[in-house]
Amino acid sequence: MKKKDLLDDLSSIKNIMERSTKFISLSGLSGVMAGVYALVGAGYAFTVLQSGKAAGPGHTYRDEVIVPLVFTAIAVLILSVSTGIWLTIRKARRKGLTVWNPVSKALLLSGGIPLATGGLVIIILLLQRHFAIISAGCLIFYGLALVSASHHTFGDVKWLGIFEVIIGLAALAIPGYGFLLWVLGFGVMHILYGAIMHFKYDREVNA
Amino acid sequence: MKLTLDNFDKAFENRIRLQAMSVLVANESYDFNSLKELLDVTDGNLASHLKALEKEEYITVTKSFLGRKPNTRYQATKAGIAAFKKHLEALENLIKQQK
Repeated sequence: MKKKDLLDDLSSIKNIMERSTKFISLSGLSGVMAGVYALVGAGYAFTVLQSGKAAGPGHTYRDEVIVPLVFTAIAVLILSVSTGIWLTIRKARRKGLTVWNPVSKALLLSGGIPLATGGLVIIILLLQRHFAIISAGCLIFYGLALVSASHHTFGDVKWLGIFEVIIGLAALAIPGYGFLLWVLGFGVMHILYGAIMHFKYDREVNA
Repeated sequence: MKLTLDNFDKAFENRIRLQAMSVLVANESYDFNSLKELLDVTDGNLASHLKALEKEEYITVTKSFLGRKPNTRYQATKAGIAAFKKHLEALENLIKQQK
């Protein structure tokens, strides 16, 4: 037994253990894109909100304001998720790894439970017209989903989740700043996080 | 240079066996096909190495069906996890001795 063989054995164990428990194909660029979509969506939402305000007091929460806002949010969500899936599959292919494996299943399950719960809470809040706390609800449940999912991927995801929860709690505590904090949490934080992830993990793959 | 091979487990001499064991130590259980993909080995190769680990009673096998597809899952036994840890310590000691 040579020393090199021993070290190879140890490093192969470390590598395999990591790959069997952590999904490392998440793309940083998809985080940046999600942030950009969120900012564009928020820009449109802002003009809708302004027109509601211009129509007079109490108009902000009328259906003609709320309905376009909900559709904008759904469009941002669909675009972000599909871009994320596409870029993640691309990254996995480049690395020669599979996308659908026990680790990605565990990742989706652990993130999916808080996320689906949050989605249902948001729908219920919408139906009961508790519009003021929806922004906080999105941020808090999304953050918890990230913290939960982070056990199966890069540890950085946990930090993004913790920040989202803090921003969500702030949105709950400071009424009137929900929209601004939503922009911070989903727009700015995603771009920041995505850029960090991209430069930390993706660059050698794209080079 | 003569090295002491105390605690060096013959069952883990083969790298694929060692890698397969490390996956089962790090995870509650793993299925055959995912293990095959992860280690990038052929069916027959992996099957024979898993058989060897099973014979040592380091792992247990559960066979079931997912719809019509057979699903074979592997789990590390307590003895297997202990043996793996001991083997890792032996590897570390060997490296220290060679310094």
